[in-house]
Amino acid sequence: MKPPLLSIKGLTKVYPGVVANSDVSFDIGEGEVHALLGENGAGKSTLVKAIYGLIVPNEGVMEWRGVPYAPGAPSEARATGVAMVFQHFSLFDAMDVAENVALGMDNPPPIRELAAKITDVSHNYGLPLDPSRMVGDLSAGERQRVEIIRCLLQNPQLLIMDEPTSVLTPQEVEILFRTLRQLRGEGKSILYISHKLEEIRSLCENATVLRHGKVVGRADPRQESARSLAEMMVGQSLHTPSRPAAQPGKLLLEVQDLSVTSPSAFGTSLRKVSLAVRAGEVLGIGGVAGNGQDELLGALSGELRTTPESIRVAGEPVGALGPNARRALGLLCAPEERLGHAAAPDMSLTENALLTGAYRENLVRSGFIGWSKARDFAEKIILRFDVRTPGAHVAARALSGGNLQKFVIGREIMQRPSVLVVNQPTWGVDASAAAAIRQALLDLAQAGAAVVVISQDLDELMEVADNFAALNGGQLSAPRPVNGLTMDQIGLMLGGAEGGETDAAA
Amino acid sequence: MLRLDKRPTPSKFWNYATPVTAVLLTMIAGGILFALLGKNPFEAIKLIFWDPLFSEQFASYSRPQLLVKAGPLILIAVGLSIGFRAGIWNIGAEGQYIIGALCAAGVALAFYPVESWLVFPLMILGGAFGGWLWAMIPAVLKTRFNTNEILVSLLLVYVAEKLLAAAATGFMRNPDGAGFPGSRNLSQYPAAANNEIFVNTGLHWGGVAAFIAVLFTYILLQRHLLGFHVQLAGQAPRAARFAGVAPARLVVLCLGLSGAFAGLAGMFEVAGPARQITIDFNAGYGFTAIIVAFLGRLHPVGIVLAGLLLALTYIGGELAQFMLNLPAAAIQVFQGMLLFFLLALDVLSNYRVRLARQPAKTDAKVELA
Amino acid sequence: MDLSSLNIVVLLASLMVAATPILMAAIGELVVEKAGVLNLGVEGMMITGAVSGFAIAVSTGNPLIGMVAAVIAGAALALIFAILTQGLMANQVASGLSLTLFGLGLSALVGQGFVGVVPPRTPKLDFGPLSDIPVLGQIFFRHDMLVYVSLLMVLAVWYFLTRTRAGRILRAVGENHHSAHALGYRVKRVRVLAILFGGGCAGLGGAYLSLVRVPQWTEGMTAGAGWIALAIVVFASWRPGRALLGAYLFGGIMVLQLNLQAAGFSIPVEYLSMSPYLVTILVLVIMSSNRARITLAAPGSLGQSFHAAG
Repeated sequence: MKPPLLSIKGLTKVYPGVVANSDVSFDIGEGEVHALLGENGAGKSTLVKAIYGLIVPNEGVMEWRGVPYAPGAPSEARATGVAMVFQHFSLFDAMDVAENVALGMDNPPPIRELAAKITDVSHNYGLPLDPSRMVGDLSAGERQRVEIIRCLLQNPQLLIMDEPTSVLTPQEVEILFRTLRQLRGEGKSILYISHKLEEIRSLCENATVLRHGKVVGRADPRQESARSLAEMMVGQSLHTPSRPAAQPGKLLLEVQDLSVTSPSAFGTSLRKVSLAVRAGEVLGIGGVAGNGQDELLGALSGELRTTPESIRVAGEPVGALGPNARRALGLLCAPEERLGHAAAPDMSLTENALLTGAYRENLVRSGFIGWSKARDFAEKIILRFDVRTPGAHVAARALSGGNLQKFVIGREIMQRPSVLVVNQPTWGVDASAAAAIRQALLDLAQAGAAVVVISQDLDELMEVADNFAALNGGQLSAPRPVNGLTMDQIGLMLGGAEGGETDAAA
Repeated sequence: MLRLDKRPTPSKFWNYATPVTAVLLTMIAGGILFALLGKNPFEAIKLIFWDPLFSEQFASYSRPQLLVKAGPLILIAVGLSIGFRAGIWNIGAEGQYIIGALCAAGVALAFYPVESWLVFPLMILGGAFGGWLWAMIPAVLKTRFNTNEILVSLLLVYVAEKLLAAAATGFMRNPDGAGFPGSRNLSQYPAAANNEIFVNTGLHWGGVAAFIAVLFTYILLQRHLLGFHVQLAGQAPRAARFAGVAPARLVVLCLGLSGAFAGLAGMFEVAGPARQITIDFNAGYGFTAIIVAFLGRLHPVGIVLAGLLLALTYIGGELAQFMLNLPAAAIQVFQGMLLFFLLALDVLSNYRVRLARQPAKTDAKVELA
Repeated sequence: MDLSSLNIVVLLASLMVAATPILMAAIGELVVEKAGVLNLGVEGMMITGAVSGFAIAVSTGNPLIGMVAAVIAGAALALIFAILTQGLMANQVASGLSLTLFGLGLSALVGQGFVGVVPPRTPKLDFGPLSDIPVLGQIFFRHDMLVYVSLLMVLAVWYFLTRTRAGRILRAVGENHHSAHALGYRVKRVRVLAILFGGGCAGLGGAYLSLVRVPQWTEGMTAGAGWIALAIVVFASWRPGRALLGAYLFGGIMVLQLNLQAAGFSIPVEYLSMSPYLVTILVLVIMSSNRARITLAAPGSLGQSFHAAG
């Protein structure tokens, strides 16, 4: 029998205090699309880095077509025929497409020749790309194309894709899948990493499921249901957030023609964004990364200022106020980036509790900090939101993503907001913490707050939101009730096909 | 091979242990340097660190000098530490020190020879104002025009030095000085003189000011929301904006405070130990204070200890210069090395250093298919 | 006052000489910053280069050996910076400052015996008939070799950064070190090499100052030239050609104010000699006031430490 393309045997990688991979074994055959399935933190990335030569495993061996394979650097992996499309972190904003592609190749041809090749290959695979454009100006989908083209130009035998669809609209996902199937048709193998089960069921013929660094299951995803795969992945039956239907109350947050220039060079400026959220309502805002999510959160939190009337909280104009004045009026926010934005990594949880809670929780008297009160507040958050930590004195960066996110969201919810805006509340968070966070958001709405959830995870939005709007190129579509919304319609909204102005009154 | 692993929480132990270790390593390296210069290293180290305080021969003169030198160092360094914590790098304290002294001397000379108790307080105000004003230049340029405060504050040191020279030889020159450069001698103008408060302690009003500044900074950083915001802005600028900190106000506050403190130091110096404006009035306190701030871990109490230590190296250095003919620059090198060791050892607070065994590579070489 | 003593031709010729040390230091720092590292120790490396170049040139009698020694000395000091910031993850601002403080002290120590000594002359390059061309010959073709070396350095760095693969990798490391690491580039190795290059350039610039431009050794003789070189990198928006422009602009002001001093201009010397620093600040303000342009031009990872997990 022909040996498999890549065979992994007993791979183990230990970091100080963490076993990232423990005795992982599986095979990838020629022309196979193999899914690597697992939650955030299950060890998928570590495994892939070992295959790509970015890290060296502590134990275990790999074989490439039956021959020992131990790449010491990505260039060795590439020379063998392994290419990788990264989830983030491998493009250079201030350089053009051709230069970016050249940097990912070991022996790139002269730039001019390369540019011609890029145009060629990108058209052949249905992923058109202009080699002279600056990467920082590209959309998330186009940036991914750069990564894919970079790989394809090296004619790899195995293509590794790490969560490729997290930045794509449903329509873009379709285009990508067409490309991947074309590649499989050419006899190439693909290692496809994801936690999105429907995708895996439609694309892959084999799946290896990882949990806590170990292989906990192998399956043919086409034979499994999404639910059975999910339970294999999580290892417990999932709790789906729920709440009774509620009548929306009075208008708490109103945004009218909000336009904000992005402070960062490659950011997206907001153009005439309008929305309204009532008490008890959850508004979900979907959109592919980089379409103005950060700017929208910044404009609502008060980090970016606008004209007073463009944002109103319970009728009060707040657009020109700073973050603390808005907090005083009940408008609270939780940004996407936990470490460095929502929380200071090197500061203790007590200090991080003070970060937003200073005034609303009366932790400060005429400028002087009541440290014991701040510690009490932090401990209350830890207790109520089940934050796993030795205590409030621990630095924020010592917490796992899920625990820190529970702390950050909990910190805002504990301050009894009348309006809460969260961006990517469960990004990079394990399933049980994600479920807890979603439930907490629903409970908050149930208690009479207006909640805005900005997220790239459509499943999440469908689960928690009453109404859905899409952010595209800094413009927001008109919100529509989630009930009865199909994936196709959502895709069109995300792609900007349904303008925000036509039926703004709906 | 050595490997670094980031610690989940910074090590408390090394936070205290690094400055001490750095001092010890500097003594060893300094000893080697002195040996290379042909001096007895043990004698030199003893002369620098022990004799100024404990030798019967020198201590009576040297001990008061400790406070004379440590006062301005501590005063400037606590001011700088506030900005450094916020990630705002005022490295032009030397210039602010000069301008503070010029303004204070200007006040004194304007009143000369009026004897009034008002002169001294006005000089204090003038000194603080001068330093503040000089620091406001980089502050305003940064907030208005996004100009790098490091370069501007530093370049302004050279401008201040030229101004000092112009003052000493021109507009502040002593009219009764027979054409020699240098202003009137303020120690001979009782209303303006900053004399020792207790005889033979070296404590003049600058020392008192340094003490108040340390206390002020301690309370600001430990107890006040503003101090919390300063630290937040330094560690996580985005989180600071999210917490409602206005970066521009912080820049103005930090540069203003450190400038005013440096200006005050210049004022007490010109009215006290230096006695007058001269071309070489500035002795590098503004730069040494940077070392003091880091050695004191940007903590007010640490800065007091670090200030005393570096004052000791100044005095001991002079002693070694006198006794062993050790070049003055050797002490400057010594101070520079101290900062090197400190920065190098800082890694121990945030990282665990381990002797890594080579990663377990399989024997088989990669065979290309 | 006698303005007629200002000879434009002589002025332009001496401008090139005045600009050369700063140009050398700036072009080195430009490469360092393109790799994502901010080394504020330029002043310290320059003066170390100035003193070691001077000392070696005097003791060997050969200015070229002195120049080589200055390059090595500058790079040696830069190596300390590289160890601190790349190996031990120390703060780049503080490490750069410490380099400057240390370099100033060290140079004063080494230079004690050399105050007042006259260094061996650095020969002018012989361009034959070219140097006899009226006006142009005097401006461009009567300098020592190092002036032309500095111009070649600008050209070489420009070619390296924009046209070679190694240059592209260096820019990639400075633009986004996480991406560069993910693609398998050795971020730290690239940065250490860039830092050493920057140190060598600064050292050479310093030696040019003490051996050719002044030429003698005095304590603290760089007088902020290293800081001005840092400012010129910002002025240049990290582009080699504009660094040349910036350095020559600065050289022009330097020479002009010196000539005005010599011409007995009625303003006191102290105020004239402030002008290079004030102009540098002014230029910095003008350049950085366009926030968008600065953020676009500046290397994305400038000044940030990189530590690869795992």
